[in-house]
Amino acid sequence: MAFLTLTNIQKSFGPVQVVHNFDMGIDKGEFVSFLGPSGCGKTTILRMIAGFETPSGGSILINGKDQGALKPNQRNIGMVFQAYALFPNMNVHDNVAFGLKVAGATKAEIDQRVKQMLGLIKLEHLADRYPYQLSGGQQQRVALARALAVKPQVLLLDEPLSALDAKIRISLREEIRQIQQQLGITTVFVTHDQEEALSISDRIVVMNAGRADQIGTPFEIYNTPATRFVASFVGTLNIIEGKVADPAAGAVTIGGQRISLKEPIAGFKGGDSISLALRPEAGSIAENGRGDTALPGEVVSTSFLGSVIRTKLRVGSDIISFDMFNNPGMTPPVAGDNVTLRFAAKDLLVIRE
Amino acid sequence: MKARRIGAWIAIAIGASYFIIPLLGTLEFSLRMRRGAYSFDAYRSVFADIQFRETFGYSMLMALLTIVFGMLLVVPTAYWVRLRLPQVRPIVEFITLLPLVIPAIVIVFGYLRLYNSSSVLPLTGSTSGTNALLMFSYMTLSLPYMYRAVDTAMRAIDVRTLTEAAESLGARWPTILFRCIFPNVMSGVLSGAFITLAIVMGEFTMAALLNRPAFGPYLQLVGANKAYEPSALAVIAFAITWLSMGLIQLVSRFQKSAPAKA
Repeated sequence: MAFLTLTNIQKSFGPVQVVHNFDMGIDKGEFVSFLGPSGCGKTTILRMIAGFETPSGGSILINGKDQGALKPNQRNIGMVFQAYALFPNMNVHDNVAFGLKVAGATKAEIDQRVKQMLGLIKLEHLADRYPYQLSGGQQQRVALARALAVKPQVLLLDEPLSALDAKIRISLREEIRQIQQQLGITTVFVTHDQEEALSISDRIVVMNAGRADQIGTPFEIYNTPATRFVASFVGTLNIIEGKVADPAAGAVTIGGQRISLKEPIAGFKGGDSISLALRPEAGSIAENGRGDTALPGEVVSTSFLGSVIRTKLRVGSDIISFDMFNNPGMTPPVAGDNVTLRFAAKDLLVIRE
Repeated sequence: MKARRIGAWIAIAIGASYFIIPLLGTLEFSLRMRRGAYSFDAYRSVFADIQFRETFGYSMLMALLTIVFGMLLVVPTAYWVRLRLPQVRPIVEFITLLPLVIPAIVIVFGYLRLYNSSSVLPLTGSTSGTNALLMFSYMTLSLPYMYRAVDTAMRAIDVRTLTEAAESLGARWPTILFRCIFPNVMSGVLSGAFITLAIVMGEFTMAALLNRPAFGPYLQLVGANKAYEPSALAVIAFAITWLSMGLIQLVSRFQKSAPAKA
């Protein structure tokens, strides 16, 4: 049985239903990210787990115990907020000690645990500092230590990295993952940043308009998106519009050219419109480029992104982006060049709504 | 550009003269009690007056009680309105502004009608009851300033998130209010407290009509019967107000929160 079980969770604010029949089980020690755009309901689910919002329907069980009747201060859940939420009147030591003092721990226990937690986040030397004397990254690490100090059953992270700059975000997310694995704590992480979710999660829930469009490992979410929304939200994806030529043979036409997907296309008839997805990294214009499928096209633009060069190609009425690794010896294509895009037909994903 | 700047300085000079010249005049007059020489005789006379000490002490005590009870009323109210009832905020703001638009004399007549010795709650029937009534009336008078000062301090901190953070760490309402919220709005509370002190020390209408020995009625009494002492008292009253304002500035600077660095 899952450690954290969400069954048929619903939430409405007045006439607006923001979470629809959400079901999920999260195992002990698992790191699950809720990924989605603003207003998709991910934070609302997190707040319902914490007890700050009451579900309109459904149940939340932690370790088999129904949380419905428990107030937030009775749930033993650690939470880290986007805005840090450190108590401005307390120094780092007192912030981390707060939950322990509330729980009635002795001074010796508090001092030992605070020391241990500050060691975990490598900020022992800043124990006497006040929040306004710390950088954003340091404040968020203190907030994490404070949440973990009380040994919570579940750790909830509500977009904890959003207010930080790019470099600190990357280092802190790695630190969060390392600490989570070290402590083996069940963690729910809310983010709208797909890179964050893909890099640190055991599983990802992609939320769209109050529903879970797909739940899966980062690998599954990225490589086999279940819906058009997941495909477009996670990573960069080319959506190519085609026509089904022969569903049984898996044949489609793109820009007037017939392509075989190598397997039958279920649920389509000949002549139906079909949306296919192709990741930018799946294509190549090199002469020796691998792939059993080739589409001629004209280069529209080239963007230098550092480690990769992204080229946009017009194929029929579609614009397809593809990436090439940067190589100082190469000559990037320029607008107007006629090239052939090669890719493996198996990399084309059929997108169902 | 230059002409405009000169015009601005002239406007400031006229405004400053309007405020400063009468004050200097009062100060100068208060020092002229002894014929032919400046002296502090008027101040000595004021401080030697037993009534001054009694009324000053009484008003100080009333001010302290008003501040304590005002804090206990305003901080939880402002906190609750911000956290749970944001929709009633305009109503609460309107109520807190009423003492500014309703004259003190109307309020005190209302009190006398409601709490006289033959009413259901005969507060004016005893000295302690009348003192309590005067304290509550001072609380009413200071409400616009106290509420705004506390509410502004609460706006500076994220009350909702701090409350949720404390709740998730197991804290209950009294702990959250007194350990997480109160210390962080202390600058607002103290600003409100000093304004309250200034109001209570100078208030005349309520104390006079409730017949309590406060500093305001004493000022009026001295003003009607003596020559130099009223000026000395006016200077003392100004000094108390300015001291309060100075302390507000000082307290705001000592607040421990500052914008987060990214």
